[in-house]
Amino acid sequence: MSEGNHEGVHRHPAPTGFIRKYIFSLDHKVIGIQYIVLALAAVLVGMIMSLLMRLNLSWPGTSWPILGTLFPGGAPNGVMNPEFYLSLVTMHGTIMVFFVLTTAPQGGFGNYFLPIQIGAEDMAFPLLNMLSFWVTFVGFIVILSAIFLSGAESTVGPIGGWTGYAPLSALGAIAGPGQGMGMNLWIISIAIFCVGSLLGALNFITTLLNMRTKGMSLMRMPLTCWAWFTTAVLALLSFPVLLGGGILLLLDRLAGTSFFIPGGLYVSGVLSGTNPNFPLHTGGSPVVWQHLFWFFGHPEVYIAILPGMGATSHILATFARKPVFGYRAMVFAIFAIGLLGFFVWGHHMFISGMSPYSAIAFSVLTLSIGVPSAVKTFNWLGTLWGGRIRFTTAMLFALGFVSLFVAGGISGLILGQSSLDLAMHDTYIVTGHFHLVMGVASIFGMFSALYFWFPKMFGRFLNESIGKFHFWITFIGVYAIFIPMHIMGIVGMPRRYSQFTEYEFLKGLHPLVVFVSVAAIITILVQFVFYFNVIWSVFKGAKAPDNPWEATTLEWNTSTPPPHDNFAGVLPVVYHGPYEFAVPGAPNDYVMQTDSGVEVTSGNGHNGHRH
Amino acid sequence: MGRALAVIIWILTALSVLLFVSGKWWFPAAITEHGPALDRQFLITIIVVGISFTAAQVGLGWMVWKYRDTGRAGDRGVYTHGSNRLEVIWTVVTAVIFISLGIMGQSVWASLRLHDAPAGSFTVEVVAQQFQWNFHYPGKDNVFGKTDPKLIDDGALNFIGLDESDPSAKDDSVVSSIAIPVGRPVELRLRSKDVIHNIWVPPLRFKQDLVPGMEIKVHFTPTKVGKYELACAELCGQLHFKMKSYMLVLPDEEIKTLQAMPQEQFQARMVELLAQYPLTTN
Amino acid sequence: MATMVTGTKPVTKKGTGSSTFPGPNGNGKRRNGDEFLEPDYRANRYRIGMWVALASIAMMFTALSSAYIVRAGGAPDWVSIAMPRVLLLSTALILISSITMEVSRRNLKSSSFSGYGRWLLVTMLLGIGFLVSQLVAWRQLARQGVYVATNPHSSFFYLLTAAHAVHLIGGLLALIFLWIRSRLVKQVAVSPRRQATADAVTIYWHFMDALWIYLFLLLFLWR
Repeated sequence: MSEGNHEGVHRHPAPTGFIRKYIFSLDHKVIGIQYIVLALAAVLVGMIMSLLMRLNLSWPGTSWPILGTLFPGGAPNGVMNPEFYLSLVTMHGTIMVFFVLTTAPQGGFGNYFLPIQIGAEDMAFPLLNMLSFWVTFVGFIVILSAIFLSGAESTVGPIGGWTGYAPLSALGAIAGPGQGMGMNLWIISIAIFCVGSLLGALNFITTLLNMRTKGMSLMRMPLTCWAWFTTAVLALLSFPVLLGGGILLLLDRLAGTSFFIPGGLYVSGVLSGTNPNFPLHTGGSPVVWQHLFWFFGHPEVYIAILPGMGATSHILATFARKPVFGYRAMVFAIFAIGLLGFFVWGHHMFISGMSPYSAIAFSVLTLSIGVPSAVKTFNWLGTLWGGRIRFTTAMLFALGFVSLFVAGGISGLILGQSSLDLAMHDTYIVTGHFHLVMGVASIFGMFSALYFWFPKMFGRFLNESIGKFHFWITFIGVYAIFIPMHIMGIVGMPRRYSQFTEYEFLKGLHPLVVFVSVAAIITILVQFVFYFNVIWSVFKGAKAPDNPWEATTLEWNTSTPPPHDNFAGVLPVVYHGPYEFAVPGAPNDYVMQTDSGVEVTSGNGHNGHRH
Repeated sequence: MGRALAVIIWILTALSVLLFVSGKWWFPAAITEHGPALDRQFLITIIVVGISFTAAQVGLGWMVWKYRDTGRAGDRGVYTHGSNRLEVIWTVVTAVIFISLGIMGQSVWASLRLHDAPAGSFTVEVVAQQFQWNFHYPGKDNVFGKTDPKLIDDGALNFIGLDESDPSAKDDSVVSSIAIPVGRPVELRLRSKDVIHNIWVPPLRFKQDLVPGMEIKVHFTPTKVGKYELACAELCGQLHFKMKSYMLVLPDEEIKTLQAMPQEQFQARMVELLAQYPLTTN
Repeated sequence: MATMVTGTKPVTKKGTGSSTFPGPNGNGKRRNGDEFLEPDYRANRYRIGMWVALASIAMMFTALSSAYIVRAGGAPDWVSIAMPRVLLLSTALILISSITMEVSRRNLKSSSFSGYGRWLLVTMLLGIGFLVSQLVAWRQLARQGVYVATNPHSSFFYLLTAAHAVHLIGGLLALIFLWIRSRLVKQVAVSPRRQATADAVTIYWHFMDALWIYLFLLLFLWR
């Protein structure tokens, strides 16, 4: 298949023992699968939590006996109490953002495919790679303990939302339920997670800069690699800020410092400094926590979605049987999104008491981040244009990604305006917006990636019929869940309410709330079909050849599944750009990157046009 | 499969748009001077959003409808890597639209936030605490009495730590619902005793965090008499969903008499007024 | 970005080697070309990785410094703590350790293994001396009744010095690792990989030095 191979260097031989092979493995492929399994477990927990929340919102006061058994403190007699609902909000957000949307796209698929796609035999630092997974895993155990351990003490998990705004999160148990041990564990888990992500980011960047194979110039890399690289840079620069903020928050809680706690607070009938449970605090600023958090938090949403964009571009081109439209523009757009992502964090804080002048700057910058996002959408449509689209499940999810990315992202034009934020802030339109774009669209990117790469990873296909059923219901389901939330936000429904029963102006929305819950229940049930498909296909799926999709990039050049060092000791040499489909005159409608037998006078750097 | 997907995308798009244009669920009518301007900006934005959303989805549907693989042997896609001209065109066009929207979106904000409340504004101090609102009126002398956190005593109903020894505090009132005059600028001075809260009255088209350790001044001008629900819109703990109060927008004379009353009468009159006005929810 | 397809024809295979290698398309540099698999280049990952790691560490201290500057700017409760004199000793120790580390690295470069090991040991001792000196500063403050929660300046002092010390301990562990390896693995000529790891640790150690100077100035000039 490929000519001009040259010798690779084996840096570590394939291990033989079970523990070194599957548990403490140094192999990026095993680590990638470990991350995916972790994300599949985490997303199950987060999803069940969202189910419980929906049940409570639509049918408040109903008794669910099984809940009463599991969480005697949170749901006495099976009726969920407000503090339990709020800790579910917190846990759902934290688990989904950190342990699903950050792990699966980057740690999972990135880990598995970045080295293969650039023609390397492993990551630059395999030991760090292993550590990064196990540190993340410990973080996951700690976050679970935050709700389950404190559940046994008949209190509840942390309450603070995934943003953990100080001083609520900083005051300790005095501030009410959910501010005790669970909150400490929440902060510690996030700090651990930061360390794991930083180790991963370090590895990704070094690998990409140092280990590309012969001929794999930057502009010949698949767009997935660009996305993973940019994501790693974002993680590298934003997680340390969260880590710093987390340390300050923990000190406020445990050491009595006043970084985020101002003076003169009177909480639960106690004045600061007059009671051993509430030490004296002076002069801290709650807004500083928000700045630190969102300086991380906004890049984080791009950390979640960029890999999905990369995978989508990759898979659209493959199944449209066409080169990516505007490869170079796509790369610039990824960079522009990553760069601008660091300068818009203030749009989360328009009404936080920040300077109204900086709000204007943040607002205009925020709207301009829509430009590279739109450029990506146009180029995806351009890629489909004139193609010969093959509707595999992977392709359906990639198309679903484009649709959801537009549907979710476009309301950013509303939320990014400081004026409109006066009405929209912290209502359900925000919930609908970010769930569609950073939640569901990213997840669709991951579904697409899994259906696409599963045959390479496990040597067997995921079942396509089940996959298509999974796609149709999920696609319609997520629209049904999240579009109505926009309307709720326009009416003014606030987020993070455990019940909407107290306000007359929200009562008219009840049918919509129930509709969303029913849609959510159906969509969630269908995900179990997906889980079944994954488990069943690992063992019983149809056997896959080396290049089942007739794709072009290096992962399809090696055997299925790839050998321990990815290319069996002979690294490939790259002759073409990543998406040479439909090349006129070539024997097949795809030209692999390693195919030296076909001359393509193209590349992605030449201007001029013809189409 | 391609046609089915196209049809589903179009149906979902149509239903989504329908949900927005049906008007069954929408904003309550605005009751502030800046409200109509904000609503207009919202309308412009949502039209741009709606058109872009529809265009992108229809386009996507059209691509999958038209360019599905027919399976004919030797049939290949169009070989192109893109077009610089198109890239430039759509980058510039979206940049112009999005950034103009962004700049237009500042006018309401600027009119509300970039200057202090006009002289002669009606001023109320709002002190939030976990699951309760306190509204502090300066009374006849129009001077707020001193407050001190050390004097706060929820048990003795001194929720905001009003210093009784301060002469200007004598005529002050602290009540749990807010009454403001119609047609006059209103300034709120926002403080919090414990954690971050947020004052949210949907018809006001207005929201602001109350941050402990800060006094944030905001202002607006109500234009319509009525009774409205007031909610907390920043997660503040267990009973966040119940941190409710009412906002009464009253004729100026009514407010003047109210303001002149001592605390007990003030409270009693508020109870009467709250009973007298029906709740406006749309 | 559109492509002119000037014709696509199968070309004759010319076998392996750079003669048929079309060269990187985008940046044209040879970095990832022929020398790609040279040990020199591969070893470069340790240096690259170190710079990347330092960017991340720098980011965390930037975040903490921003919090420090904001906190020092607005608060009426800010009380500056007096600088413990022993910090001057700390500063001197870490400055000297940077020099000895550099000497050690250069010894390795000229394949003088005994000098390399000796100077590593000296650097290690200076690093430990620095940590002890920091500990003394903490004890002095504690004796004056200045603890972590006493006032914002002391909170930041303890936090920043501790965060720096934790990172420095990481550097010390790396030094110990290098030193043990220098005792165990004897080489005739220094391998690129060994040089690269020593380089990386040296970069880290200099960074810790610079970071301390920065923190020292921040804590006692900006207050």
